[in-house]
Amino acid sequence: MVQITNLEEILSAHPFTAGMDHDALETIVGCCSNAVYHPGDYIFREGDPADDFYLIRQGVVALEIHVPQGQPIVVETLETGEIFGWSWLIPPYRWSNDARASEQVRLLKLDAACLRRKMESDRNLGYEIYKRFLPIMARRLANNRMRIVELALEPRPTHSRRKG
Amino acid sequence: MMTTTTADPMVPVPYRIARVIREIDGVFTWHLKSLDGSAFRFRPGQFNMVYHFGVGEIPVSVSGDCRDLDTLVHTIREVGPVTNAMATLRPGDVVGIRGPFGRPWPIDEVTGFDLIFVTSTIGLAPLRPLIYEVLHRRSDFGKVVICYGTRGTDDIMFEADLHRWRARFDTVVHLTVHSAPSGYRGRVGGVASAIRTARVDWPSTQAFVCRSEALTRQAVDTLGGLGVTPDRVWVTLERNMQCGIGLCGHCQLGPTFMCKDGPVYRFDQIEPLYAVREF
Repeated sequence: MVQITNLEEILSAHPFTAGMDHDALETIVGCCSNAVYHPGDYIFREGDPADDFYLIRQGVVALEIHVPQGQPIVVETLETGEIFGWSWLIPPYRWSNDARASEQVRLLKLDAACLRRKMESDRNLGYEIYKRFLPIMARRLANNRMRIVELALEPRPTHSRRKG
Repeated sequence: MMTTTTADPMVPVPYRIARVIREIDGVFTWHLKSLDGSAFRFRPGQFNMVYHFGVGEIPVSVSGDCRDLDTLVHTIREVGPVTNAMATLRPGDVVGIRGPFGRPWPIDEVTGFDLIFVTSTIGLAPLRPLIYEVLHRRSDFGKVVICYGTRGTDDIMFEADLHRWRARFDTVVHLTVHSAPSGYRGRVGGVASAIRTARVDWPSTQAFVCRSEALTRQAVDTLGGLGVTPDRVWVTLERNMQCGIGLCGHCQLGPTFMCKDGPVYRFDQIEPLYAVREF
C-alpha cells in the first residue's frame, strides 16, 4: 500500500521549519508545493523574478554565477536539509545567481508572493520566518568571509611547467 | 640497516634526491635517500630542517609514511628564494637534512575515538603521515573522516591518495572546492560545510586540524558547535623555526618554542595565545 504523507508533515520534517508551531505551519503550507528537478535543470536564473524559495528535501543544488563570454562557475553546493533563495525577501525580488540541480532533487517550493502577503498580515509569522532565515544568512556570510581569507592567504599558483 | 643519527643536531646529513613529483602548480614532493643507506625514523607531525647548500635552510614537515624507513618524503611549496631555488633541483642532487624535530601528532592518545581530519591545500602534507599511520592501525580507531578543501578542481594535493582513501570501506573523504566549472558534481563551498557533513559521534571525536592559522579558529569553532571541545582538537602551527632545538628563540610564541614544544598543540593549551594580536 502506498503511504501518502501530507505536505504539512513533509514541511515540519525539514530542519528549516522543525519545531515551528502548528498555526504557522498551517499558514505556510498553503503557499507550499512539491517540485522535482532533473540533473542540469535550472531551478531559477539570475535576473528572473524571485517568485519562490526552496527547501531541499533530497539532492544537491549548485548555485552558479554567470560569467560573460565564459562558462558559469559553481560557487556553492547545497544539500538535503538546506534552503536556498532569499532574493524573495529583498526588493526588487530578483535572483542574483543561477540555481541548478546537480542531481535529481526534490524540493519544497514556497510561493514568495503568497508568503510575503501572509507575513505582512501576520507579523508573528514574519518574525518567525526571519528568525529562521537570519542565522542561516549569517552563517553563510561568515563562511564566505573565511573563504575570502583563505583565498587571500593561499599563494597564487606559479604556473611553472617543469616536471620533476 | 643503520639509522640516521645526527650526533650534532646542528649538522645536516646529506640526502640525495631520488625522485621529484610535481604535485600541483608551485608544489613539489621529494623522495630522498641518505647517502650511506641509513634509515630515517620519525613520528607523524615532526619536521626537518632542509638545507639547500649555499642557498638556505627551511623547516619542512615530513609528508611520507613513517613505516617506510628507506625513503624520506618532503612536500614543498614555492613561496620564497630558498623554496624557489629548491624547485630547480633534480634527481641526483644532494641536500642536507637536520631532524626530525618537534612534538608529533598524539596518535596513541586518540585510540578508540572517532577521528576527523580537517585540512586544506598543502595542509594535507603534515597530516598525511598521520593518516597513513591511522590506516595502518585502522582497527584501533572508530570512524575516520577526512575533510579537505582546495581552491579549485585543479589544485587538489595528493589526489591519488585521496582516491585511495575514499575507495576504502572504512574511511570517508569529503572534498570541497571554492569554485568549479558548471556541471561539476562534487561539493563546492568552504571546509566548514564539509565538516558539518561528517557523520561521526561528535562527543567522542578527536579532531586534527592543519590549516592557515586564520582559518584554524573557524575550524575549531565549527567543530565546537558540533560538540568537539578544544581539548579534543589538535592543531599545528608554523613559525620561523631555525635551530630546531629551542635555542635560538626565532619560533618562540609566548612561553612556548614551536620547534620543540610544537608544532603540534592541543588547542585548549594554545588557545589563549590566539587572542594576542602581535603573536
